Amino acid sequence: MASYSTNEFKNGLKLLIDGDPCSIIDNELVKPGKGQAFNRVRLRNLKTSRVIERTYKSGDSVEGADVMEINLQYLYNDGEQWHFMHEESFEQYPADEGVVGDAKNWLKEQDVCVITLWNGHPISVTPPNFVALEITQTDPGVRGDTASGATKPATVETGAVIKVPLFVDEGEKVKIDTRTGEYVSRVKD
Amino acid sequence: MNWRPSAGPGAWRARAQLLEVIRGFFKARSVLEVHTPLLAFGTVTDPHIHSIAVPDTVTGTDHGLYLQTSPEFAMKRLLAAGSGPIYQICPAFRDRERGSHHNTEFTLLEWYQPGFSLEDLMDEMDDLLAECLNCEAGKRLSYRQVFYDLIELDPHNAGRPALLRRATALGLVGGGELDDNGILDFLFTHAVQPQLGTGISYIFDYPASQAALSRILKGQPPVARRVEVFSDGLELANGYEELLDAIELRARFEQDLALRAAMGMQQPRVDESLLEALEHGLPECAGFALGIDRLLMRVLGVDTIQQVLSFPDTSMPNQE
Repeated sequence: MASYSTNEFKNGLKLLIDGDPCSIIDNELVKPGKGQAFNRVRLRNLKTSRVIERTYKSGDSVEGADVMEINLQYLYNDGEQWHFMHEESFEQYPADEGVVGDAKNWLKEQDVCVITLWNGHPISVTPPNFVALEITQTDPGVRGDTASGATKPATVETGAVIKVPLFVDEGEKVKIDTRTGEYVSRVKD
Repeated sequence: MNWRPSAGPGAWRARAQLLEVIRGFFKARSVLEVHTPLLAFGTVTDPHIHSIAVPDTVTGTDHGLYLQTSPEFAMKRLLAAGSGPIYQICPAFRDRERGSHHNTEFTLLEWYQPGFSLEDLMDEMDDLLAECLNCEAGKRLSYRQVFYDLIELDPHNAGRPALLRRATALGLVGGGELDDNGILDFLFTHAVQPQLGTGISYIFDYPASQAALSRILKGQPPVARRVEVFSDGLELANGYEELLDAIELRARFEQDLALRAAMGMQQPRVDESLLEALEHGLPECAGFALGIDRLLMRVLGVDTIQQVLSFPDTSMPNQE
Protein backbone atom coordinates (compact mmCIF):
# COMPACT_ATOMS: atom_id res chain seq x y z
CA MET A 1 0.00 0.00 0.00
CA ALA A 2 1.26 3.50 -0.78
CA SER A 3 2.78 5.72 1.89
CA TYR A 4 1.60 9.21 2.62
CA SER A 5 3.85 12.07 3.68
CA THR A 6 2.62 14.33 6.46
CA ASN A 7 2.27 17.02 3.78
CA GLU A 8 -0.54 14.93 2.32
CA PHE A 9 -2.39 14.39 5.57
CA LYS A 10 -6.01 15.48 5.56
CA ASN A 11 -9.24 14.44 7.22
CA GLY A 12 -10.55 11.11 5.96
CA LEU A 13 -7.16 9.78 4.86
CA LYS A 14 -6.79 6.10 5.80
CA LEU A 15 -3.51 5.09 7.41
CA LEU A 16 -2.15 1.87 8.92
CA ILE A 17 -1.24 2.54 12.56
CA ASP A 18 0.15 -0.30 14.69
CA GLY A 19 -1.39 -2.75 12.29
CA ASP A 20 -4.91 -1.28 12.35
CA PRO A 21 -6.65 0.80 9.69
CA CYS A 22 -7.32 4.31 10.97
CA SER A 23 -8.95 7.41 9.52
CA ILE A 24 -7.60 10.92 10.18
CA ILE A 25 -10.11 13.10 11.98
CA ASP A 26 -7.76 15.98 12.83
CA ASN A 27 -4.30 17.03 11.64
CA GLU A 28 -2.42 19.95 13.15
CA LEU A 29 1.03 21.46 12.55
CA VAL A 30 2.77 21.84 15.89
CA LYS A 31 6.03 23.72 15.64
CA PRO A 32 7.92 25.88 18.08
CA GLY A 33 9.21 29.08 16.43
CA LYS A 34 12.76 27.77 16.38
CA GLY A 35 12.45 24.03 16.46
CA GLN A 36 11.28 20.74 15.03
CA ALA A 37 7.99 20.67 13.16
CA PHE A 38 5.47 17.95 14.00
CA ASN A 39 2.11 16.82 12.71
CA ARG A 40 -0.18 16.04 15.60
CA VAL A 41 -2.88 13.72 14.35
CA ARG A 42 -6.10 12.37 15.82
CA LEU A 43 -7.41 9.23 14.17
CA ARG A 44 -10.31 6.88 14.52
CA ASN A 45 -9.32 3.21 14.59
CA LEU A 46 -11.74 1.74 12.07
CA LYS A 47 -11.64 -1.69 13.70
CA THR A 48 -12.20 -0.64 17.31
CA SER A 49 -13.89 2.77 16.75
CA ARG A 50 -11.57 4.25 19.36
CA VAL A 51 -9.93 7.63 18.84
CA ILE A 52 -6.14 7.65 19.09
CA GLU A 53 -3.49 10.38 18.94
CA ARG A 54 -0.12 10.22 17.26
CA THR A 55 2.54 12.78 16.50
CA TYR A 56 4.78 12.47 13.45
CA LYS A 57 7.87 14.43 12.49
CA SER A 58 6.81 16.71 9.66
CA GLY A 59 7.97 15.25 6.39
CA ASP A 60 7.81 11.65 7.59
CA SER A 61 5.73 9.09 5.73
CA VAL A 62 3.10 6.72 7.09
CA GLU A 63 1.78 3.62 5.38
CA GLY A 64 -1.68 3.99 3.91
CA ALA A 65 -4.42 1.48 4.67
CA ASP A 66 -6.38 -0.16 1.88
CA VAL A 67 -9.81 0.90 3.09
CA MET A 68 -12.88 1.49 1.02
CA GLU A 69 -16.61 1.69 1.54
CA ILE A 70 -19.02 -0.18 -0.69
CA ASN A 71 -22.74 -0.80 -0.81
CA LEU A 72 -23.62 -4.45 -0.28
CA GLN A 73 -26.90 -6.22 -0.04
CA TYR A 74 -27.58 -8.23 3.11
CA LEU A 75 -28.47 -11.84 2.26
CA TYR A 76 -28.79 -13.85 5.45
CA ASN A 77 -26.96 -14.94 8.56
CA ASP A 78 -26.18 -18.44 9.81
CA GLY A 79 -25.76 -17.38 13.43
CA GLU A 80 -22.00 -17.11 13.04
CA GLN A 81 -21.55 -15.02 9.94
CA TRP A 82 -23.64 -12.41 8.23
CA HIS A 83 -23.50 -12.68 4.46
CA PHE A 84 -23.50 -9.72 2.10
CA MET A 85 -23.40 -9.55 -1.67
CA HIS A 86 -22.35 -6.98 -4.23
CA GLU A 87 -25.44 -6.41 -6.37
CA GLU A 88 -23.55 -6.12 -9.64
CA SER A 89 -20.60 -8.49 -9.29
CA PHE A 90 -22.49 -10.97 -7.06
CA GLU A 91 -19.31 -11.30 -5.04
CA GLN A 92 -20.10 -12.40 -1.49
CA TYR A 93 -18.57 -11.01 1.69
CA PRO A 94 -18.99 -12.74 5.05
CA ALA A 95 -18.75 -10.71 8.26
CA ASP A 96 -18.69 -12.13 11.74
CA GLU A 97 -20.79 -10.92 14.64
CA GLY A 98 -18.15 -8.54 15.99
CA VAL A 99 -17.91 -6.78 12.65
CA VAL A 100 -21.68 -6.58 12.17
CA GLY A 101 -22.07 -5.19 15.65
CA ASP A 102 -25.17 -3.21 16.42
CA ALA A 103 -26.33 -3.46 12.81
CA LYS A 104 -27.54 -7.00 13.43
CA ASN A 105 -30.54 -5.52 15.26
CA TRP A 106 -31.80 -3.84 12.11
CA LEU A 107 -30.87 -5.97 9.13
CA LYS A 108 -33.62 -7.34 6.97
CA GLU A 109 -32.92 -9.50 3.95
CA GLN A 110 -32.13 -7.46 0.83
CA ASP A 111 -31.41 -4.26 2.77
CA VAL A 112 -28.47 -2.39 1.25
CA CYS A 113 -25.77 -1.44 3.78
CA VAL A 114 -22.51 0.43 3.66
CA ILE A 115 -19.67 -1.97 4.39
CA THR A 116 -16.16 -0.78 5.19
CA LEU A 117 -13.60 -3.11 3.63
CA TRP A 118 -9.99 -3.33 4.74
CA ASN A 119 -7.77 -5.30 2.38
CA GLY A 120 -11.01 -6.58 0.89
CA HIS A 121 -12.49 -7.82 4.18
CA PRO A 122 -15.45 -6.28 6.03
CA ILE A 123 -14.47 -4.47 9.24
CA SER A 124 -17.70 -2.61 9.85
CA VAL A 125 -21.30 -2.64 8.73
CA THR A 126 -23.52 0.44 8.63
CA PRO A 127 -27.22 -0.25 8.10
CA PRO A 128 -29.45 2.26 6.34
CA ASN A 129 -30.26 5.26 8.56
CA PHE A 130 -33.89 4.21 8.76
CA VAL A 131 -35.47 0.79 8.52
CA ALA A 132 -39.08 -0.38 8.57
CA LEU A 133 -39.57 -3.47 10.72
CA GLU A 134 -42.64 -5.42 11.79
CA ILE A 135 -43.50 -5.71 15.47
CA THR A 136 -43.64 -9.40 16.26
CA GLN A 137 -44.47 -9.14 19.96
CA THR A 138 -45.77 -6.44 22.24
CA ASP A 139 -48.42 -6.12 24.91
CA PRO A 140 -51.66 -4.48 23.76
CA GLY A 141 -51.75 -0.79 24.58
CA VAL A 142 -54.63 1.31 25.86
CA ARG A 143 -56.84 1.96 22.88
CA GLY A 144 -56.71 5.57 21.69
CA ASP A 145 -53.89 6.55 24.07
CA THR A 146 -51.98 8.76 21.67
CA ALA A 147 -51.21 11.45 24.19
CA SER A 148 -49.50 9.95 27.19
CA GLY A 149 -45.96 9.63 25.79
CA ALA A 150 -45.47 6.51 27.82
CA THR A 151 -43.75 3.61 26.10
CA LYS A 152 -43.71 -0.16 26.20
CA PRO A 153 -41.17 -2.64 24.96
CA ALA A 154 -41.73 -4.28 21.57
CA THR A 155 -39.84 -7.01 19.76
CA VAL A 156 -39.29 -6.52 16.04
CA GLU A 157 -38.81 -9.12 13.34
CA THR A 158 -35.02 -9.11 13.70
CA GLY A 159 -35.30 -10.00 17.36
CA ALA A 160 -34.29 -6.56 18.59
CA VAL A 161 -36.32 -4.98 21.39
CA ILE A 162 -37.22 -1.29 21.14
CA LYS A 163 -39.47 1.12 23.01
CA VAL A 164 -42.67 2.10 21.23
CA PRO A 165 -45.68 4.27 22.16
CA LEU A 166 -48.55 2.44 23.87
CA PHE A 167 -50.84 2.64 20.81
CA VAL A 168 -48.57 0.53 18.60
CA ASP A 169 -49.79 -3.04 18.08
CA GLU A 170 -48.33 -6.37 17.10
CA GLY A 171 -48.21 -6.82 13.37
CA GLU A 172 -47.71 -3.14 12.70
CA LYS A 173 -44.64 -1.91 10.88
CA VAL A 174 -42.57 0.86 12.50
CA LYS A 175 -39.83 3.16 11.25
CA ILE A 176 -36.67 3.02 13.37
CA ASP A 177 -33.65 5.31 13.36
CA THR A 178 -30.77 2.81 13.34
CA ARG A 179 -28.31 5.36 14.67
CA THR A 180 -30.18 5.73 17.94
CA GLY A 181 -32.26 2.54 17.98
CA GLU A 182 -35.36 4.65 18.54
CA TYR A 183 -38.89 4.42 17.22
CA VAL A 184 -39.67 7.22 14.76
CA SER A 185 -43.17 6.52 13.49
CA ARG A 186 -45.57 3.90 12.27
CA VAL A 187 -45.27 2.88 8.64
CA LYS A 188 -48.31 2.36 6.49
CA ASP A 189 -47.71 -0.29 3.86
CA MET B 1 -12.80 30.48 -5.13
CA ASN B 2 -14.12 32.82 -2.47
CA TRP B 3 -12.82 36.36 -2.88
CA ARG B 4 -13.90 37.48 0.57
CA PRO B 5 -11.42 38.10 3.41
CA SER B 6 -11.10 35.51 6.17
CA ALA B 7 -10.92 38.12 8.92
CA GLY B 8 -13.75 40.61 9.27
CA PRO B 9 -14.01 44.30 10.13
CA GLY B 10 -13.63 43.57 13.86
CA ALA B 11 -10.23 42.06 13.20
CA TRP B 12 -9.17 44.88 10.85
CA ARG B 13 -10.03 47.47 13.46
CA ALA B 14 -8.37 45.51 16.25
CA ARG B 15 -5.17 45.25 14.20
CA ALA B 16 -5.12 48.98 13.46
CA GLN B 17 -5.72 49.73 17.12
CA LEU B 18 -3.03 47.32 18.25
CA LEU B 19 -0.45 48.88 15.92
CA GLU B 20 -1.35 52.32 17.25
CA VAL B 21 -0.85 51.15 20.83
CA ILE B 22 2.50 49.57 19.93
CA ARG B 23 3.76 52.69 18.16
CA GLY B 24 2.67 54.85 21.10
CA PHE B 25 4.47 52.50 23.49
CA PHE B 26 7.79 52.72 21.69
CA LYS B 27 7.49 56.43 20.99
CA ALA B 28 7.08 57.07 24.71
CA ARG B 29 10.30 55.09 25.32
CA SER B 30 12.26 56.80 22.53
CA VAL B 31 12.68 53.62 20.52
CA LEU B 32 13.02 54.51 16.83
CA GLU B 33 10.84 52.83 14.20
CA VAL B 34 13.07 51.57 11.37
CA HIS B 35 12.53 49.94 8.03
CA THR B 36 14.78 47.27 6.51
CA PRO B 37 14.18 45.38 3.24
CA LEU B 38 12.21 42.17 2.98
CA LEU B 39 14.64 40.80 0.41
CA ALA B 40 18.19 39.93 1.44
CA PHE B 41 21.25 38.28 0.00
CA GLY B 42 21.83 35.98 2.97
CA THR B 43 19.43 34.14 5.23
CA VAL B 44 19.09 31.99 8.34
CA THR B 45 20.93 28.68 8.56
CA ASP B 46 18.60 27.15 11.18
CA PRO B 47 17.69 23.67 9.85
CA HIS B 48 14.13 24.11 11.11
CA ILE B 49 13.44 27.36 9.29
CA HIS B 50 12.83 27.26 5.56
CA SER B 51 13.45 30.54 3.78
CA ILE B 52 11.66 31.37 0.58
CA ALA B 53 14.16 32.06 -2.20
CA VAL B 54 13.41 34.43 -5.02
CA PRO B 55 15.06 33.76 -8.38
CA ASP B 56 17.41 36.46 -9.55
CA THR B 57 16.48 37.07 -13.16
CA VAL B 58 19.25 39.61 -13.59
CA THR B 59 22.13 37.22 -12.88
CA GLY B 60 20.11 34.14 -13.76
CA THR B 61 20.97 32.31 -10.55
CA ASP B 62 18.22 30.33 -8.87
CA HIS B 63 18.63 31.60 -5.36
CA GLY B 64 19.13 35.27 -6.02
CA LEU B 65 17.61 36.70 -2.88
CA TYR B 66 15.65 35.48 0.12
CA LEU B 67 12.47 36.77 1.69
CA GLN B 68 13.29 37.45 5.32
CA THR B 69 12.24 35.02 8.03
CA SER B 70 12.63 37.91 10.46
CA PRO B 71 14.27 41.36 10.36
CA GLU B 72 16.90 40.27 12.90
CA PHE B 73 19.97 40.26 10.67
CA ALA B 74 19.22 43.63 9.08
CA MET B 75 18.35 45.28 12.39
CA LYS B 76 21.56 44.05 13.99
CA ARG B 77 23.47 45.74 11.20
CA LEU B 78 21.65 48.97 12.10
CA LEU B 79 22.59 48.46 15.75
CA ALA B 80 26.23 47.96 14.79
CA ALA B 81 26.00 51.22 12.83
CA GLY B 82 24.96 53.05 15.99
CA SER B 83 21.17 53.12 15.68
CA GLY B 84 20.43 52.92 19.37
CA PRO B 85 17.09 51.38 20.44
CA ILE B 86 15.03 50.39 17.40
CA TYR B 87 11.82 48.57 16.49
CA GLN B 88 10.11 47.38 13.34
CA ILE B 89 6.72 45.95 12.43
CA CYS B 90 7.02 44.01 9.20
CA PRO B 91 6.08 40.89 7.25
CA ALA B 92 8.11 37.71 7.72
CA PHE B 93 7.99 34.60 5.56
CA ARG B 94 8.54 30.97 6.52
CA ASP B 95 7.95 28.14 4.12
CA ARG B 96 6.28 24.87 5.24
CA GLU B 97 4.58 26.57 8.16
CA ARG B 98 0.83 26.36 7.70
CA GLY B 99 -1.72 25.48 10.31
CA SER B 100 -4.22 26.99 12.68
CA HIS B 101 -1.39 28.96 14.32
CA HIS B 102 0.87 29.34 11.31
CA ASN B 103 0.76 31.16 7.99
CA THR B 104 3.56 31.38 5.45
CA GLU B 105 3.45 35.17 5.61
CA PHE B 106 2.92 36.71 9.01
CA THR B 107 3.72 39.95 10.84
CA LEU B 108 6.50 40.43 13.38
CA LEU B 109 7.20 43.19 15.84
CA GLU B 110 10.91 43.10 16.51
CA TRP B 111 12.78 45.44 18.84
CA TYR B 112 16.23 45.86 20.35
CA GLN B 113 17.35 47.68 23.49
CA PRO B 114 21.08 48.33 23.93
CA GLY B 115 22.13 47.84 27.52
CA PHE B 116 19.15 45.65 28.47
CA SER B 117 19.53 42.32 30.22
CA LEU B 118 17.09 39.47 29.59
CA GLU B 119 15.29 40.50 32.78
CA ASP B 120 14.98 44.12 31.60
CA LEU B 121 13.59 42.78 28.35
CA MET B 122 10.94 40.71 30.13
CA ASP B 123 9.99 43.76 32.22
CA GLU B 124 9.47 45.74 29.04
CA MET B 125 7.40 42.94 27.50
CA ASP B 126 5.25 42.91 30.64
CA ASP B 127 4.61 46.63 30.12
CA LEU B 128 3.84 46.19 26.43
CA LEU B 129 1.46 43.27 26.96
CA ALA B 130 -0.27 45.14 29.78
CA GLU B 131 -1.11 47.87 27.26
CA CYS B 132 -2.11 45.46 24.50
CA LEU B 133 -3.95 42.79 26.47
CA ASN B 134 -4.72 44.52 29.73
CA CYS B 135 -3.09 41.57 31.47
CA GLU B 136 -1.00 41.04 34.57
CA ALA B 137 2.76 40.58 34.61
CA GLY B 138 3.76 37.11 33.45
CA LYS B 139 5.12 34.30 35.56
CA ARG B 140 8.80 33.55 34.95
CA LEU B 141 10.16 30.02 34.89
CA SER B 142 13.41 28.62 33.60
CA TYR B 143 13.23 25.95 30.91
CA ARG B 144 14.57 23.48 33.45
CA GLN B 145 12.11 24.51 36.14
CA VAL B 146 9.06 24.31 33.93
CA PHE B 147 10.03 20.81 32.78
CA TYR B 148 10.47 19.73 36.42
CA ASP B 149 7.22 21.31 37.54
CA LEU B 150 4.98 20.15 34.74
CA ILE B 151 6.38 16.81 33.58
CA GLU B 152 8.90 15.83 36.26
CA LEU B 153 11.85 15.55 33.90
CA ASP B 154 15.17 17.39 33.96
CA PRO B 155 15.72 18.50 30.35
CA HIS B 156 19.44 18.88 30.93
CA ASN B 157 20.19 15.69 32.86
CA ALA B 158 17.39 13.16 32.38
CA GLY B 159 19.30 11.57 29.53
CA ARG B 160 18.10 10.74 26.05
CA PRO B 161 16.60 7.30 26.84
CA ALA B 162 14.31 8.70 29.54
CA LEU B 163 13.25 11.64 27.38
CA LEU B 164 12.60 9.37 24.41
CA ARG B 165 10.60 6.93 26.51
CA ARG B 166 8.34 9.72 27.74
CA ALA B 167 7.96 11.14 24.25
CA THR B 168 7.01 7.77 22.81
CA ALA B 169 4.52 7.18 25.61
CA LEU B 170 2.95 10.52 24.67
CA GLY B 171 2.42 9.43 21.07
CA LEU B 172 5.60 10.46 19.25
CA VAL B 173 6.38 8.16 16.32
CA GLY B 174 9.97 7.90 15.10
CA GLY B 175 11.49 9.78 18.02
CA GLY B 176 14.62 7.68 17.75
CA GLU B 177 15.52 9.54 14.56
CA LEU B 178 15.37 12.94 16.25
CA ASP B 179 18.29 14.63 17.92
CA ASP B 180 17.99 15.47 21.62
CA ASN B 181 16.65 18.94 20.86
CA GLY B 182 13.94 17.45 18.68
CA ILE B 183 12.80 15.23 21.53
CA LEU B 184 12.82 18.22 23.89
CA ASP B 185 10.82 20.20 21.30
CA PHE B 186 8.21 17.43 21.28
CA LEU B 187 8.01 17.27 25.05
CA PHE B 188 7.81 21.04 25.32
CA THR B 189 5.10 21.53 22.69
CA HIS B 190 3.02 18.48 23.58
CA ALA B 191 3.35 18.19 27.33
CA VAL B 192 4.75 21.37 28.84
CA GLN B 193 3.26 24.16 26.73
CA PRO B 194 -0.36 22.95 26.98
CA GLN B 195 -0.04 23.01 30.77
CA LEU B 196 1.35 26.53 31.10
CA GLY B 197 -2.06 27.75 32.12
CA THR B 198 -3.81 31.04 31.59
CA GLY B 199 -1.98 34.35 31.55
CA ILE B 200 1.50 35.19 30.36
CA SER B 201 4.45 32.84 30.92
CA TYR B 202 8.12 33.59 30.30
CA ILE B 203 10.29 30.53 29.82
CA PHE B 204 13.94 31.56 29.95
CA ASP B 205 17.44 30.04 30.01
CA TYR B 206 17.02 27.56 27.20
CA PRO B 207 19.43 24.63 26.67
CA ALA B 208 22.70 25.88 25.20
CA SER B 209 22.12 23.69 22.14
CA GLN B 210 19.01 25.75 21.40
CA ALA B 211 20.73 29.13 21.70
CA ALA B 212 20.21 30.29 18.09
CA LEU B 213 21.66 33.84 18.16
CA SER B 214 21.56 34.33 21.92
CA ARG B 215 24.61 34.43 24.17
CA ILE B 216 25.42 31.35 26.22
CA LEU B 217 26.03 31.63 29.93
CA LYS B 218 28.68 29.23 31.20
CA GLY B 219 27.64 27.03 34.08
CA GLN B 220 26.41 23.61 35.10
CA PRO B 221 24.80 23.21 32.68
CA PRO B 222 25.51 26.12 30.34
CA VAL B 223 22.28 27.87 29.32
CA ALA B 224 21.30 30.16 26.48
CA ARG B 225 20.09 33.62 27.50
CA ARG B 226 16.96 33.13 25.53
CA VAL B 227 13.33 33.64 26.54
CA GLU B 228 10.01 32.71 25.00
CA VAL B 229 6.68 34.28 25.86
CA PHE B 230 3.42 32.33 25.97
CA SER B 231 -0.12 33.58 26.38
CA ASP B 232 -2.53 30.89 27.55
CA GLY B 233 -0.11 28.34 26.08
CA LEU B 234 0.20 30.08 22.67
CA GLU B 235 3.77 31.01 21.71
CA LEU B 236 3.93 34.77 21.17
CA ALA B 237 7.54 35.88 21.17
CA ASN B 238 11.20 34.88 21.26
CA GLY B 239 13.91 37.04 22.82
CA TYR B 240 17.66 37.03 23.41
CA GLU B 241 20.49 38.66 25.18
CA GLU B 242 22.19 38.95 21.83
CA LEU B 243 25.37 37.07 20.95
CA LEU B 244 28.05 39.62 20.09
CA ASP B 245 30.92 37.33 19.12
CA ALA B 246 31.30 37.01 15.34
CA ILE B 247 33.56 33.97 15.57
CA GLU B 248 31.07 32.11 17.77
CA LEU B 249 28.23 33.06 15.44
CA ARG B 250 30.08 31.86 12.37
CA ALA B 251 30.76 28.56 14.17
CA ARG B 252 27.03 28.20 14.89
CA PHE B 253 26.16 28.93 11.26
CA GLU B 254 28.64 26.28 10.15
CA GLN B 255 27.22 23.77 12.60
CA ASP B 256 23.77 24.45 11.15
CA LEU B 257 25.04 23.95 7.63
CA ALA B 258 26.66 20.66 8.62
CA LEU B 259 23.38 19.49 10.13
CA ARG B 260 21.57 20.48 6.95
CA ALA B 261 24.07 18.62 4.82
CA ALA B 262 23.67 15.51 6.98
CA MET B 263 19.91 15.67 6.44
CA GLY B 264 20.22 16.23 2.71
CA MET B 265 18.80 19.72 3.02
CA GLN B 266 19.58 22.79 0.96
CA GLN B 267 22.53 24.96 1.89
CA PRO B 268 21.28 28.54 2.20
CA ARG B 269 23.61 31.46 1.67
CA VAL B 270 25.17 32.63 4.96
CA ASP B 271 24.67 36.32 5.74
CA GLU B 272 28.27 37.55 5.64
CA SER B 273 27.16 41.16 6.14
CA LEU B 274 25.76 40.24 9.55
CA LEU B 275 29.04 38.59 10.54
CA GLU B 276 30.96 41.68 9.38
CA ALA B 277 28.64 43.88 11.44
CA LEU B 278 29.38 41.75 14.50
CA GLU B 279 33.09 41.93 13.77
CA HIS B 280 32.75 45.71 13.71
CA GLY B 281 30.93 45.54 17.03
CA LEU B 282 27.36 45.14 18.19
CA PRO B 283 26.51 46.97 21.43
CA GLU B 284 25.43 44.81 24.38
CA CYS B 285 21.72 44.49 23.78
CA ALA B 286 18.65 42.35 24.14
CA GLY B 287 15.78 42.03 21.68
CA PHE B 288 12.39 40.41 21.17
CA ALA B 289 10.50 39.19 18.10
CA LEU B 290 6.75 39.00 18.69
CA GLY B 291 4.07 37.59 16.39
CA ILE B 292 1.54 40.36 15.84
CA ASP B 293 -1.04 37.97 14.39
CA ARG B 294 -0.72 35.68 17.42
CA LEU B 295 -1.07 38.69 19.72
CA LEU B 296 -4.14 39.73 17.79
CA MET B 297 -5.60 36.24 18.30
CA ARG B 298 -5.33 36.84 22.03
CA VAL B 299 -6.72 40.38 21.80
CA LEU B 300 -9.78 39.07 19.95
CA GLY B 301 -10.03 35.80 21.84
CA VAL B 302 -9.98 33.64 18.70
CA ASP B 303 -8.34 30.26 18.25
CA THR B 304 -7.03 30.34 14.70
CA ILE B 305 -4.66 32.66 12.89
CA GLN B 306 -6.97 32.55 9.86
CA GLN B 307 -9.47 34.61 11.83
CA VAL B 308 -7.03 37.51 12.07
CA LEU B 309 -5.55 37.40 8.55
CA SER B 310 -7.30 39.01 5.59
CA PHE B 311 -6.21 36.40 3.03
CA PRO B 312 -4.38 33.49 4.69
CA ASP B 313 -2.76 30.53 2.88
CA THR B 314 -6.00 28.63 3.38
CA SER B 315 -7.91 31.14 1.28
CA MET B 316 -5.82 30.36 -1.80
CA PRO B 317 -6.89 27.77 -4.40
CA ASN B 318 -5.94 24.10 -3.84
CA GLN B 319 -5.86 24.57 -0.10
CA GLU B 320 -8.00 22.67 2.40
